[in-house]
Amino acid sequence: MFDTLTSRFETVFSRLRGKGRLSEQDVDAALAEIRVALLEADVNLDVVANLTARIRRRAVGEELSGALNPAQQVVKIVLAELTSSLGGEQLVLSYAPKPPTVVLLAGLQGTGKTTNAAKLAQWFLRRGRSPLLVGADLQRPAAVEQLRTLGERAGVPVFSHPRSPVKAASAALAEAARTGRDVVIVDTAGRLAIDAEMMDQVRRISKAVRPHYTFLVVDSTVGQDAVNSARAFHDTLGIDGVILTKLDGDARGGAALSVKEVVGRPIAFASVGEKLEDFEPFHPDRLASRILGMGDVETLIDKAEAAFEAEQAEEAASRLLEGTFTFDDFLSTMQQVLGMGNLRSLLGMMPGLPQEMRGADIDEGRIGRITGMIHSMTPAERAEPDIIDASRRQRIAAGSGCRPADVKALVDQFKQMRSAMRGLGGLAGKRRASSPKPGAARAGRKGRRSAGGRTTPKGPAPVSKAPLALPGLEKGDWPGLN
Amino acid sequence: MTPEAAVGLVVVAIAVLAVVALLAWRSRRKQGSAPARRTEAAARDAARVADRVVDRVAERAPTAAAGPSLRDRLGKARAALAGSLASALDRPSISEEAWTSVTEALIRADVGLTTSSEIVSAARARVEAGGDGQVDAMAALRAELRDRLGRVDRSLARRDDGAHPSVWLFVGVNGTGKTTTIGKLAKREADGGTDVVLAAGDTFRAAAADQLAMWAERSSAHIVRGAAGADPASVVFDAVESAAARGAELVLADTAGRFHTEQNLMAELQKVRRVAEKGSGVVTETLLVLDATTGQNGLAQARQFIEAVDVTGVVLTKLDGSAKGGIVVSVQTELGVPVKLVGVGEAIADLVPFDAAEFTDALFA
Repeated sequence: MFDTLTSRFETVFSRLRGKGRLSEQDVDAALAEIRVALLEADVNLDVVANLTARIRRRAVGEELSGALNPAQQVVKIVLAELTSSLGGEQLVLSYAPKPPTVVLLAGLQGTGKTTNAAKLAQWFLRRGRSPLLVGADLQRPAAVEQLRTLGERAGVPVFSHPRSPVKAASAALAEAARTGRDVVIVDTAGRLAIDAEMMDQVRRISKAVRPHYTFLVVDSTVGQDAVNSARAFHDTLGIDGVILTKLDGDARGGAALSVKEVVGRPIAFASVGEKLEDFEPFHPDRLASRILGMGDVETLIDKAEAAFEAEQAEEAASRLLEGTFTFDDFLSTMQQVLGMGNLRSLLGMMPGLPQEMRGADIDEGRIGRITGMIHSMTPAERAEPDIIDASRRQRIAAGSGCRPADVKALVDQFKQMRSAMRGLGGLAGKRRASSPKPGAARAGRKGRRSAGGRTTPKGPAPVSKAPLALPGLEKGDWPGLN
Repeated sequence: MTPEAAVGLVVVAIAVLAVVALLAWRSRRKQGSAPARRTEAAARDAARVADRVVDRVAERAPTAAAGPSLRDRLGKARAALAGSLASALDRPSISEEAWTSVTEALIRADVGLTTSSEIVSAARARVEAGGDGQVDAMAALRAELRDRLGRVDRSLARRDDGAHPSVWLFVGVNGTGKTTTIGKLAKREADGGTDVVLAAGDTFRAAAADQLAMWAERSSAHIVRGAAGADPASVVFDAVESAAARGAELVLADTAGRFHTEQNLMAELQKVRRVAEKGSGVVTETLLVLDATTGQNGLAQARQFIEAVDVTGVVLTKLDGSAKGGIVVSVQTELGVPVKLVGVGEAIADLVPFDAAEFTDALFA
């Protein structure tokens, strides 16, 4: 519903160009927008107050650099503050000298403890450990069966006790010693923070197994109440780290900031999908831009990777940059983009996109009409849209049941995009040519890959300036918008 | 995949998306709908309200020290708010500050910034229209919320053509409590003398069908389940046919939790709904299960599920915790779908009809 923070700041700062420093008034004007963004992202009110005070201190008197406009500069400060609030200290898992290393998972109902117990087990497994899963959730019907099924899928044994969660947990330590398992992951029942009896039960489980790590499992869709439950769990168990789940939806995940402030311990892992592999170390910078609704190029890259045929896309991309992109490429890309998920949420992840277009209503019917128009073109027309004249347009319109004006709009838009991209390609090409290694232009990226444990650095000459702005695609460059 | 390919993917995707979005945007502009103005005004309003509320929060608890002290302050803030709210609203003339406290309470209850500020300005208008101290502020707020939550029909519909079975379909994102809600409802309906069949349509989550089977046992309802990974639509279809054969009146159909952003899974859900009516059944309720701890994303969830499967009501679960579930106020005001049931505990009897007055009181408690 709201514009992105960057473009909202543009309005705030439109009168500010040419000033040397950010004054208190300038910063206050921007802070109002920041507060809205944070509240809409479900950051707790008290945390918002705290954060904005910190941002204010940091921003007031900041010298305006020539490279960025004031709006971008404030966004940069806000992003940096959020990133450091979310990140800071990293959780380094060390293994107990006398195995097993015990990990306890706790949280409210429905946050994803059982699923993430299995994900965590698989994560340890891939690091050469031999985990044991412990089902200590005897509350929810069939929770242990769910864990067994997931354990089977991950290739990790599951231990439980039919009557007592405390016994299940303590007996699991002996079982682990007997079977030579060096990591024990205890899945507990979901409980409300105000349920004294259940909180006492989890305390007893914790006492029985004396976990080396206690993780609080937090749902990223949670609202203002996140702080209350986090505080209660922290007081009861002493949380060592947080697992943030359900980041595969489109929730902004501001609750993570709240929980982080309350617990003061790192967010260790993020769960980003339903598969057991969709579990990774947490990236504070990604979530910071997501909370601000600034687009999330990293997630877009991940989604694209999952949905696209690599070779085909690579060819299409190089043709796009060379300016020889065809309607056939367009069509096949569009099909693959559709596989990436809900188009509206994808648009939301795109940086630098004007607000009007974020809200654009893209339904299946529209995609169908575009597909129809392209299908009604001859191969020659698809390869070289310049040859489409009035009579060809008429034929295409008739063939696809559209109006000639629709065909014209599509062809014009396509040509404009193609020439914008050709400019971008020239830019990227030059950068690449001037660097010693191909791909050295990627240097602008944050160290996400190293943190994420991925060995292939992927990344973007052309998108490296994001999320502040997508070069070549800034607001003024959108044809027909200004 | 090489780095160049990864970048390429995104550039191509963005370019294509941009073309599609631009075409969509242009045609909308041609149709002449222009909601942008309103949004701008609403944005300005929201910024002003956020400003006031956050300033107040900051004043009450000076942000001298960051870090651990925040934890203690959070609890106090809540208590202080409750106290100041009661005393502020009792006074004959209501100060700006009091209204700010009210807004704060609503935001803390997850009602959302925009809806909160709308509610408060409407309540203020009511008080001002009543003259000096004529209208009690709390009464004005209650009246405003009551109007918004409306006196709508919150009963769960059955077929009125005298035939059977009626199908109630349960949808929602992961972990909101769909299966548990069905379990409780099955017991309630069975105790009320209805012959109930449960459809274990969540064939994705491990052991979801086992979970439902345990509930079925408790309520002695009949359950129809498929193999793990089976087509959920076919499971629901079988359940409907089995209900028809047994002469059962009601089918409660479970579905796997899914994010509203997953187009394929939403399409699957549409298919489930279609197929549920293919045989002898009619879907009379499609209930969106929302978790009371859900924040602003709840509105996005509701919007997409309503669009996909024509949701008829909301079940608000986990209201027995400290979360207030205020997002349903926005869901009903903006999307027009009422809350029909509320889950207030783990026991079977803890699924109760929604009561707007009680809910409103709890928002400010």
